[in-house]
Amino acid sequence: MTISLTVNGTQFRTDAPPETPLLWVLRDELGLSGTKYGCGVAACGACTVHVDGQAVRSCQVALADVWGDVTTIEGLAQGERLAPLQEAWIRHQVAQCGFCQSGQIMQAADLLAANPAPSDDDIDAAMAGNLCRCGSYSAIRAAIHDAARAMNGGRAG
Amino acid sequence: MSRLGKITRRTLLVGAVAIAGGAAFGIYQIRRPVTNPLRPEEGATLNPYVIIDQSGISIIAPRAEMGQGVHTTLAALVAEELDADWDEIRVLHGPPAAAYYNAALAHGALPVPEYAMRDWQRSVTEGLGAVTRLLGLQVTGGSTSTVDAYERMRHAGAGAREALKAVAADRLGVAVDRLRTDKGRVIAPDGTEIDYRDLAEAAAARPVPKVALRPPAEWKLLGRSLPRTDMRAKATGAAQFSTDIVLAGMKFATVRICPHLGGSMERFDPAPALAVPGVEHVLDLGDGVAVVARNTWAAIQGAEAVQIDWTPSPLPATTEAMFDQIARAFDEKPNSRMRNKGRPDDVAAGVEAEYRVPFLAHATMEPMGATAWLKDGHLTLWVGNQAPREHEKAAAEAAGVAREDVTLHTVFLGGGFGRRVETDVTRQAARIAALLPGTPIRLTWSREEDMRHDFYRPAAIARMRGAVADGRAVLLDAQIAAPSVTRAAIGRLTGRNIGGPDKGHVEGAFDQPYAIPNYRVVGHLADLDVPIGFWRAVGNSFNGFFHESFIDELAHAAGRDPLAFRLDHVAPENPVAAGVLEAVRDLSGWGDPVPEGVGRGVAMTWSFGTPTAVVIEIAREGRTIRIARAFMACDPGQVLDHAIVRAQMESGLIYGLSAAVMGEITFSGGRADQGNFPDYDALRMHTAPRIEVAILQDNPHMGGVGEPGTPPAMPALANALFDLTGERIRSLPLSHHAEFLV
Ligand code: FES
Ligand code: FES
Repeated sequence: MTISLTVNGTQFRTDAPPETPLLWVLRDELGLSGTKYGCGVAACGACTVHVDGQAVRSCQVALADVWGDVTTIEGLAQGERLAPLQEAWIRHQVAQCGFCQSGQIMQAADLLAANPAPSDDDIDAAMAGNLCRCGSYSAIRAAIHDAARAMNGGRAG
Repeated sequence: MSRLGKITRRTLLVGAVAIAGGAAFGIYQIRRPVTNPLRPEEGATLNPYVIIDQSGISIIAPRAEMGQGVHTTLAALVAEELDADWDEIRVLHGPPAAAYYNAALAHGALPVPEYAMRDWQRSVTEGLGAVTRLLGLQVTGGSTSTVDAYERMRHAGAGAREALKAVAADRLGVAVDRLRTDKGRVIAPDGTEIDYRDLAEAAAARPVPKVALRPPAEWKLLGRSLPRTDMRAKATGAAQFSTDIVLAGMKFATVRICPHLGGSMERFDPAPALAVPGVEHVLDLGDGVAVVARNTWAAIQGAEAVQIDWTPSPLPATTEAMFDQIARAFDEKPNSRMRNKGRPDDVAAGVEAEYRVPFLAHATMEPMGATAWLKDGHLTLWVGNQAPREHEKAAAEAAGVAREDVTLHTVFLGGGFGRRVETDVTRQAARIAALLPGTPIRLTWSREEDMRHDFYRPAAIARMRGAVADGRAVLLDAQIAAPSVTRAAIGRLTGRNIGGPDKGHVEGAFDQPYAIPNYRVVGHLADLDVPIGFWRAVGNSFNGFFHESFIDELAHAAGRDPLAFRLDHVAPENPVAAGVLEAVRDLSGWGDPVPEGVGRGVAMTWSFGTPTAVVIEIAREGRTIRIARAFMACDPGQVLDHAIVRAQMESGLIYGLSAAVMGEITFSGGRADQGNFPDYDALRMHTAPRIEVAILQDNPHMGGVGEPGTPPAMPALANALFDLTGERIRSLPLSHHAEFLV
C-alpha cells in the first residue's frame, strides 16, 4: 500500500508501513534530515514540524494519520529568502550545537502565526515542550521577540 | 604505518612516565615538524589549517564543533592574520591526524592549583604540551581549544599570508614589504590586486616564512562578536550531524545492548524482530544485537521485539549499595593530598557535614549515532566526535581493516559535554558496516539506549570538617570519595593504566583560591565499576558543589554575609578571583533588601583557568520555587568573542542548574532506572532563569569557557535554597528536598 503526502509543497509517495511515525518517514524515507529525533515520546520537541500549519511532534503522528500538508524546517524559507524567524535566529546567534533548533524554530513559527506579539509568558507557554540541552533559551526568547517585531513591520511586539 | 610513525611509537612506550593526575610521556624529538595531513584533490594547502582552491579559502578547525562556537573562534584566529574575507570562508572539521594534537590538554598536569602557578611552572606545562603532540591526542575537551590554538592558528594564518605575498612579489616585481593584503587578495601599491586563489598553488611550494603576530590593537576580527560560521546551516536544518548523511542504498540500524551494565548476552531469538515489517537483519554484537531495517523506526521496533536472555550485572544491586561501596573508600589509604596546609588535625571542628551527589547522564540532545560504509575494503565513517584519532582506531579494529583503510569525517555534534570522546557508537557502526559490506549504514541509538549506556558522571561523597574564629575560616578539611574518572576515561583513551595521585578527582576542591590557615583536601578513589567518563567540568562538577556549599556553611557559622566572607578569604589569595566576586556582587545588587519569599545564594569556583562567580535568585510561587534570576561574572582573560563566551557561560550554568534541580541516574541490578527525558529532564524555557553575565579580562592567563559556568551553578542554587528556607541541603538533586517549578 502506498500513501501520498505533500511535504514543503512537493508530493511524495511512500510504501512505508502506515503506522510509521512521520518523523522517520521524513528522515529516512524522504531524506529530509533537518527534522531531528531526540526522544520519541513527545518530551523534547526536536521533531516538531507543521501539519496543515499547526506545530506537531512528528514522532507522535503516524504516517496514515497525517491530515494535511507538511512543512519542515527545510520548507520554511522561500527559496534563498529565509523566514523572519530564521533571520532573527541568525541575528541573535541562537544556535549552539543546533540539534534542537529546527524544532524550536518550527514551534516558534506556530506561536507567531497565532500570536503576532507574544509576551514572555506566552513564549514560556508555547516553548516549554522544546528542550535545549545547550541552554540557549535566552537567545531563543530574544529572537522570537525580534522576529515578531520584524513581522509586524517594526512595531513593538 | 610509515617508518617514522613506527619509530615514534616505540620510543614513546620506552619513554613513558606517569605524571600526577594525568598521562604524560617522555619528551622525544618534540621539535620534529608535524606532517600536513591535508591532501586536497585540487587547490593548495599551505599548512594543516588552510586550503585554498578555486572556490575560495577553507580553514581547518582541528576541534569538534559541539555548540561551543569553536569553529568560529578558531577560524577567526587564522583569518585575522591571513586577511581572509570573513563572509567567504568555509570551516571544515580536521581529519584525524597527529598534526592536530591538543597541547593545552597537558596544562593541567602539574599538581598545583592553576590560579597559583608560577611562570616557570607554566613553561613546564607548555613543555608537557609537546607530549600530547607525540601521543597525537586530538581531543576536544578540558575547555582547552582556544588556549591551544591561540598562537598556533594565528601563525598558520600569518605564514600563509606571507607565502602568498612572496609569490605575488615575484610575479609583480615589487618588494614584499610594499604589498598589503585584504579580503583574500594581495594588493600592490599601484592598486593591482591578485586573488589568493591565483597564488596558492605556487605559495604552497615555498617554505613558509615565520613572522611576528599582529598585536591585539590591530585586530579586525578577534575581540569582536563575529557571525558564527555554523549559524545559517543550523537555522535552516542544513547542518549535518552523525545521522543526517544520505547515501544511496542506505539501511537504518539501531542497537540493543545488555542494559545490566557489565553483563552480556546469553542467547537471543531474532524471529519476532524479523516479523516486524521493514526489518531485514538481526546481527549478533556479542553483548547485544543490532537490527537493520528499511528505516530507523522499524529497526527500533525490531530491537524491542528480539527475545534476549541477558547475563546479570556484576555491579552492586542498588544505588544505596553503590554509595556504600564509595563510602568504603574513606577507610582505604588516600590516593592524594593535593592541598595540605597548616595542621588540620590540631584544629577542633566546629562544623562537620557529609555531602553526596548522584550519577549523572550527559543526555546530549542528539542521541549517539554514526554513519558507516564499508566498500571495497575501505571504511568511511561520518560521526560527530571529540577524539577523531581514537574513533578512527576503534573503527578500524571493529571492522577488521587497517587504519589506512579508514576515512573518518567529523560532522557537527548534537552536544558533546564529554560524551563523544567515547568510541562505543563508532565501534558499533563500523562493525555493522563490516557485517554488511557494500551497504551504507545509518546507526541511531534510541534515547533509552543512550541514557542506559552512558559513561556517567560518577556519584561522589565528601566529608567536610571546618571551623571559624573571629568571623574567619580557620579550618577546611575535606575528604572526597568517588570512582576515578581519570583512570577510567584517560585509561580508555590512551590504552594505559594511569597511576599516581589523581588531580582530576579533587579538582574544584584542592585548587580553590581561598586563604585558610589549616586547609587540607584528601582524595580517596572508590572501587566501583560503573562506566564513568568526562562530564562537563569533570571533577569540578561535584567538588565545586562540596567546596562552595561548605564555604557557605562556614560563612553562616561565622555569622557573616556569605559573599563578603568569601571576598575576605579570596582577596588575599588571588585578585582575579576577588574581581569576579566583586563583579557579581555589583551586577546582582547583592546586599540590597529582597522581598519576602525570595532567596539568594552565591558561589565562586575556579576551573579550567577561569574563575566564575554566580548569584542565583529564587522565588516562591505558590507552592513551588522558581529559579528567577542568575548573575554571572567570569574572567577568562583575553576574550576573543564576547557573544560566544556569554553563550557558553549561560549554557554551562543551565547545564549545572538542570543537574542540581533534577539530575539523577539510579541503578537497579546494574540497569539505569531512567531511560528518557520524562525521568531525566532539564531546565526548559519556562523554568530557566533570566541571566546576566559580566565578562572581565583582568586574568593574565587565558582560560576556558565551555565548562567553568557549570560548577558554581549547583552550590549557588543550594545556597539560595538555604537563604530562602533555612534548610541546608547536602545532597543532590534538590528536587528531593524542595518543590521546584517544573
Ligand atoms: S523526538 Fe518527538 S518530541 Fe522528542
Ligand atoms: S542548541 Fe544544542 S540542544 Fe539546543
